[in-house]
This record gives sequence, structure tokens and C-alpha cells, in this order.
Amino acid sequence: MLDFSVLPPYADLLATGALWTVLITVLAGALSVVLGVLLALVTLYGPKLISLPLRGIAFLFMGTPLLLQLYLLYYGLAQLGVLLPAFWTGVMGLGVHYAVYNADIFRSAIQSVDEGQMEAARSLGFGRTAALRHFIIPQATLTALPQVGNNSIILLKDTAVLSVLGVAELVLNAQRGISATYRPFEFYFAVAVLYYLLNLAMEWALGRAARKAEAIR
Amino acid sequence: MTSAAPMIRLRGIRKSYGSHEVLKGIDLDVDQGRIVSIIGPSGSGKSTLLRSVNMLEEISHGEIWLDGVQVNSALTGRAFETHINRIRQQMGMVFQQFNLFPHLTALENVSIAPMKLKGKSKAEAEALARTLLEKVGLADKGGAYPARLSGGQKQRVAIARALAMQPKAMLFDEATSALDPELVDEVNLVMKQLAAEQMTMIIVTHEMRFAAEVSDHVLFMDGGVVVEQGPPEQVLKAPTQERTRGFLRKHLAQ
Ligand SMILES: Nc1ncnc2c1ncn2[C@@H]1O[C@H](COP(=O)(O)OP(=O)(O)O)[C@@H](O)[C@H]1O
Ligand SMILES: [Mg+2]
Repeated sequence: MLDFSVLPPYADLLATGALWTVLITVLAGALSVVLGVLLALVTLYGPKLISLPLRGIAFLFMGTPLLLQLYLLYYGLAQLGVLLPAFWTGVMGLGVHYAVYNADIFRSAIQSVDEGQMEAARSLGFGRTAALRHFIIPQATLTALPQVGNNSIILLKDTAVLSVLGVAELVLNAQRGISATYRPFEFYFAVAVLYYLLNLAMEWALGRAARKAEAIR
Repeated sequence: MTSAAPMIRLRGIRKSYGSHEVLKGIDLDVDQGRIVSIIGPSGSGKSTLLRSVNMLEEISHGEIWLDGVQVNSALTGRAFETHINRIRQQMGMVFQQFNLFPHLTALENVSIAPMKLKGKSKAEAEALARTLLEKVGLADKGGAYPARLSGGQKQRVAIARALAMQPKAMLFDEATSALDPELVDEVNLVMKQLAAEQMTMIIVTHEMRFAAEVSDHVLFMDGGVVVEQGPPEQVLKAPTQERTRGFLRKHLAQ
């Protein structure tokens, strides 16, 4: 029979897990946005010598499972003597993985900004880089917001993968609860509800941001 | 630099897109405080010429001077970038499609260039922007995003934005062509006000009446050459060239 009263003693464990999940999402999400913009700029404006290999590497990231990338980063590098903490490996792996997807979104968002914007900026005396920074990228960010937001929601769910590296996020902490209680259904169900709530919070925040962006169009 | 030299001087301006030559050797002097209008059929090269003045278009041949400084200098690379950015800060440009920055309020549209390019403080730049918005009749619209403004209001903000850099000259490329007819006058009024303040201006326009009213000098262009030029009374009222007459007939018939 189901008995959810097994959960309250482990509320702290689950809450800590949720906190780590949020922290990973925020850090990896921020990395995926910043790196995504940089990648987009390099592929758009950088020298071919750099942009072409980068695009090749991007395809590798898109074409292989995230789990495999994390294993490579964590165990592969460890074998080569590079020891990274599991938490930071996870943040980096997730961040880079989603940066590759975000880069594509930012790239087309930058290209979709009207040419007249660059011309207006240049006519005032802004250099190309300053124009990108003050006018083109902010507008592209507004355009990219819904899709990048979607990616961030997927990223939130993908943080579960870090449990295999031993990062004490929601799933791993649930598993700890389960090994103490032998109650997988109750714990996994509770974790599912927590993910769902985090998701709702994120969608709410994104919706607010999107409405702000919409007001400017 | 010297008051004797014209504010804007163009010499032998040529411009080709591939094998298509769209400017075929154009000369023009605009003295400080003078207003030159450029008229002509669509595709005659008016915009290309105007955009050559601040080098939004790169010319193939010729010389461009602003207040005694050569705009298309022989500098290259970074040095040229610095030079042209400085030159452009001294020339305001107003576009047919306004090109306001949609993610910034009217006030921010006007204040951002003096803030970022001239190192003015936010307070200083905003005070200046408020003065300019008031000047173009939009004192109450500072907080509005461009999407909330009418075409005429947008164009007036765009003029204020250009004026915020305190330019030596203003370039207008069909500033009222994208506007609903009832919004044209409010923009023309602002331009007339600038004319009264002795702003040096080059105005590409399809409004013959406005050109007649404000200009000291009118250029009629066709096929990349200046077909006829002179004071508005001559070019617009008593043109000597058949091509000018044909163009004016068509235009006044509308
Ligand atoms: N970027 C471009 N590439 C090729 N041809 C162009 C470009 N811009 C303008 N042209 C051509 O140059 C000529 C002059 O254009 P433009 O200066 O815009 O004329 P106007 O402003 O008088 O209508 C036209 O024939 C136009 O097709
Ligand atoms: Mg034109």
C-alpha cells in the first residue's frame, strides 16, 4: 500500500536536493546563455578559422547523448589526471550542452534584427562592437527569450542526469531516501511533484519576461 | 575648421554596385546653415549619395569633406574606425523607417548616444534628452517605447536622437515618406524649426512643396547624375532641363 507518511522525516533531504537542482539549473542556465551568445557571435562574425571548427564541435555536442558527454568529462578526464568535482563537471557539461542549442537560437535572433538598427547605431557614431552590445544583442535576446526559456526548462529536467555522477540533487537524494525506506513510489512521486512545481515557477517567470518583451514590439 | 570652407563638400563621388554605376561623379558644396534638397525619381541614387556622406555606403571614387576634415580618409583598420565614428558623431541621420531602438524608451533612445559616446552622465544625458523631446513636441512621451508611438512621433524622436549628438549637419532620407499624410506636417515643422536655427541640412525628399519652402538649393538627380541644380525658384518653378520638367509634371499631377 502507499504510505506518504514515510516522506516527512526526509523532507530536509528532499528540500536540499531541490535546492541543489535549482542551483545547478541557475548556474548551468547562465553558462548556457552567456556561452550561447558568445558562440553565436563567433560563428557570425569571427574568423572562419575559428567559426568552422566550432560549428563542427557543436554538431558533436548535438549528436551525442548528454549522459555520454558527462561521463567523458568526469571519468574520461579523471583517467587523464584532470580531477573535477562532480558538481562543477555537471554544471559545465550541462551549460556547454545547452549553450550549443542556445547558440543556434541566438544566431538566428541576431540575424533577424532589422539592418536599420545597425545603421542607426553606426550613424550616431557607435562602433560595430558597441552597436552589437547596446542594440543588436539586447533585441536578439528578447527575440530568443521564448526558445531559450524552453531550453532552460528542458535543462532543469536534465539536471537529474547528474545523479549518476553522485551530485546530491533531487533524484540522488530521493534514492538515498528509498534505500533507507524501500519506498520508491512515494519518493519518486514526491520528486516528480517537486520537478513539476519548479517547472511551473520557471514557466511563470518566463511568461512574465515574455510579456515584458512583447510590450516592446 | 575654417568658416570659409563649406560644411559639407563632395567631389567627384562615384559609386558602383558590381558593374552597375549608381553615382556617376557628383559634386556638391553645402555651406554652414544652408539647406540642400535632393529630388529625383526612385532609383536615381539619392539615398546612395546621402548615405555616402557619412560613409554608410562606401564610395568607389571621390572625396567627402566635413568642416574641413576628409571623411573618406586614407586611414585603415582601427584608425579608420575611430576616425569614422568620430565623424559620424558630428553628422545626424534620419531614416525613412525611423530605425528607433525598440527596446529603449523615447528618452533612452535620445540619451544613449551622448551617454555612451560622449561620456555624459546619465543625469546630464537625460536632461539633454528631455530638452530635445520638448523641442520636437514630445515632452510627455519620454517613457514611451517606440511601439506605442505614431509614425510622426517616432520620426520626431529619431530627429531628437540625432540632435542629441549636437551634430554639425543633419542628413534626412525621405523622413516623411513612410508617414500617413496627416502626420507629415508635424515632422516637417520640426525640420523647418531646425532650418530656422541655421542647421546645415541635406534633405532627400519627394515633397516638392516642402523642398521649395525650406531649401536654399535644390538638386535634381536622375540616373546617378545631377541633371539640374540651383535655387528652388529656378529648379522647381522654371526648370531648364526636359528631364526635370518631366519629373515635376509627374509629381505635381499626383
Ligand atoms: N545594396 C545595393 N546593391 C545593389 N544595388 C543597389 C543597392 N542599393 C541601391 N542599389 C541601386 O542603386 C540605385 C540607386 O538607389 P538609391 O540610391 O536607393 O535610389 P533612390 O534613393 O534615389 O531611390 C538603384 O538602381 C538601386 O537599385
Ligand atoms: Mg531612397
